[in-house]
Amino acid sequence: MNADSASSTDALVRIRGLRTRLGAKVIFDGVDLDIPRGRITAIMGPSGTGKTTLLRHMTGQLVPDAGEIVVDGQNLAQLDRNGLFDLRERIGYLFQNSALLTDFSVFENVAFPLRQHARLPEELIRNIVLLKLQAVGLRGAADLMPAELSGGMARRVALARAIVRDPMLLIYDEPFVGLDPIALNQVLKLIRVLNATLGLTSIVVAHELSAVSRVADQIYLIAAGKIAAHGQPQELVRGETDWTRQFFGGEADGPVPFHYPARDYAADLGFTKGRA
Amino acid sequence: MSDKPVRGSLIGDGLAQVGALALFLLQVLAALPRSLRHFTETIRQIFFVGAMSLIIIMTCGLFIGLVLGLQLYEVLSRFGSTASVGTVVAIALYRELGPVVTALLFAGRAGTSITAEIGLMRATDQLAAMEMMAVDPLAYVVAPRFLAGIIAMPLLASIFNALAIFGAHLVAVSWLGLDNGTFWSNMTGAVDVWTDVMNGVWKSAVFGGVVTLVATFQGYSTAPTSEGVAYATTRTVVYSSILTLAIDFLMTAFLM
Amino acid sequence: MTQRRSHQIGTGLFIVLGFTALGYLATQTTSLANYRQGPTYALKARFTNVGQLKLRAPVKIAGVRIGSVSDIQLEPDRLEALVTLAIDKRYDQLPDDSAAAVFTSGLLGDQYVALKPGGSPDMFKHGDEIILTQSSMQLEELIGKYLVGSGDSQTRKPAAEESPATPESANH
Repeated sequence: MNADSASSTDALVRIRGLRTRLGAKVIFDGVDLDIPRGRITAIMGPSGTGKTTLLRHMTGQLVPDAGEIVVDGQNLAQLDRNGLFDLRERIGYLFQNSALLTDFSVFENVAFPLRQHARLPEELIRNIVLLKLQAVGLRGAADLMPAELSGGMARRVALARAIVRDPMLLIYDEPFVGLDPIALNQVLKLIRVLNATLGLTSIVVAHELSAVSRVADQIYLIAAGKIAAHGQPQELVRGETDWTRQFFGGEADGPVPFHYPARDYAADLGFTKGRA
Repeated sequence: MSDKPVRGSLIGDGLAQVGALALFLLQVLAALPRSLRHFTETIRQIFFVGAMSLIIIMTCGLFIGLVLGLQLYEVLSRFGSTASVGTVVAIALYRELGPVVTALLFAGRAGTSITAEIGLMRATDQLAAMEMMAVDPLAYVVAPRFLAGIIAMPLLASIFNALAIFGAHLVAVSWLGLDNGTFWSNMTGAVDVWTDVMNGVWKSAVFGGVVTLVATFQGYSTAPTSEGVAYATTRTVVYSSILTLAIDFLMTAFLM
Repeated sequence: MTQRRSHQIGTGLFIVLGFTALGYLATQTTSLANYRQGPTYALKARFTNVGQLKLRAPVKIAGVRIGSVSDIQLEPDRLEALVTLAIDKRYDQLPDDSAAAVFTSGLLGDQYVALKPGGSPDMFKHGDEIILTQSSMQLEELIGKYLVGSGDSQTRKPAAEESPATPESANH
């Protein structure tokens, strides 16, 4: 499905030596990562490994302690606020909880980026918005308010908003959470179709392996602040390392321990050595 | 984790809050020119913070006027100077009661809803979404509300004062039988436009800025949970009331 | 769209209402209300002492405001205060034997000019002078008079000196 863009092997997003700590917790300890143009790349990992933090680094919302992040040839560390905003205008970002503006109707939500950044005639705005809503199948819901939408519909509206300015990069933060199977398939279809038809580069952060393996061209597995595995879905599912075995095989114990780090069990219960 | 938040003294926390608020004010002021691009948003916010507060402002203004009329008539009749009821009511309202009571009501009505609204926008990632759409939330969300507060508050205070004068007139003239001409002529003889009415207008404009600044700051910096929004709403009322009265004292002491 | 429009209308109404209230307060309840008057005609009155009477002080009949003090000057030859009153044109039926007095509103309030209507069939015209006047009662003089008067009830001299033009109205 990426026959034409697969030839372009340069990376749209290049991350080298990323290190981040939030408080006392080390989130990333030397992460190297390439997001190839025109592909769908999935970033997976156990909860709390900082997948969303990685996305925030890529969009300049959070500045890492060390490391280099280059998006479309621009080093984020060297961009000022305006440069960052110019870059973000070319990135679509789908938030985990859709983040639709509650005051505005579906139509106005999708029109929001257009109204903020371009002085377009009202008729043109209307046509663009209806086009994008049609693409996600919600043209009929244009006049509804966000509170009237189901979770799956809200996510599709947010998707229409994310693509309304034809971005080069589309980032999905946990797009499958809380969706019923029907809505899940709709979103999966959209991710595939949009990537193919709009010539996008897509990044999907998720932890649903079955869903991800149906759309992703490649997967990065992040665990313990490092890239634990990297490759095509079929390779990773075979589970050649501890991490992949636990994560993709769904084992309760493994590199991610079942027990939260604690003192010695016996000591906690009062059985001190030498007294018992 | 191991690093618990440093629990400083009450004074230290207070200073930190004031400092953070002052920095926030500078950011908002810096964002003001950019917010003029979103002027329709400012108009929308004047509607929400101003027009939506009208009912409580008018009701409370009327009752304050009724009470002032009753109390002053009773007290001033002890000195045989009930003729001054109108004067005292007007001066008390214009200089103090109008701006201050309106600010306190405004903090309860509009301030809390601003905090809750922005807090919810923070909790549901709407502010982050704006950042990602290359829209500055300070210019689009905070500054219009700040401006709307500064514009709406003097108007609200004026409406409050008008209703209160009406209430006082109702009690003193229609009910207790004070002469209508005496009521007005004493008032017009003693009340000055600049030192009384306009002073109140400047004050209430400042209070409008203070209340909306505290409200937007609390909403903007809230913990993104429903609990955090609830606490932030309470803090808005407490802090903006204290700040309003403290600034009222300073303005009265140094500017009048 | 329609929602945005209704917000704009509501905001407009609110701003109009607010400025109306502010304009009303500023012009109708303050001393500005005394500046702005309709057509007036002038009357003059001489007083030996106007006390604390100020420009734009009200002129009243029976407690109702009918005009204001527009000018206060010292007449060099008679060394009396010549006060010009601007009377509202609506009140042009004032008998020309009406008397003017400088009174104090309340015990310590501002001073104003009170007119007591007379019984003459002729009315005041623009530029006429009010002959019967009574000067301001100074609190100090009142106290002094009371102290002196309690010692010697016959003494009428201070009161007579105070308003030689209208000796009959000295004991108001």
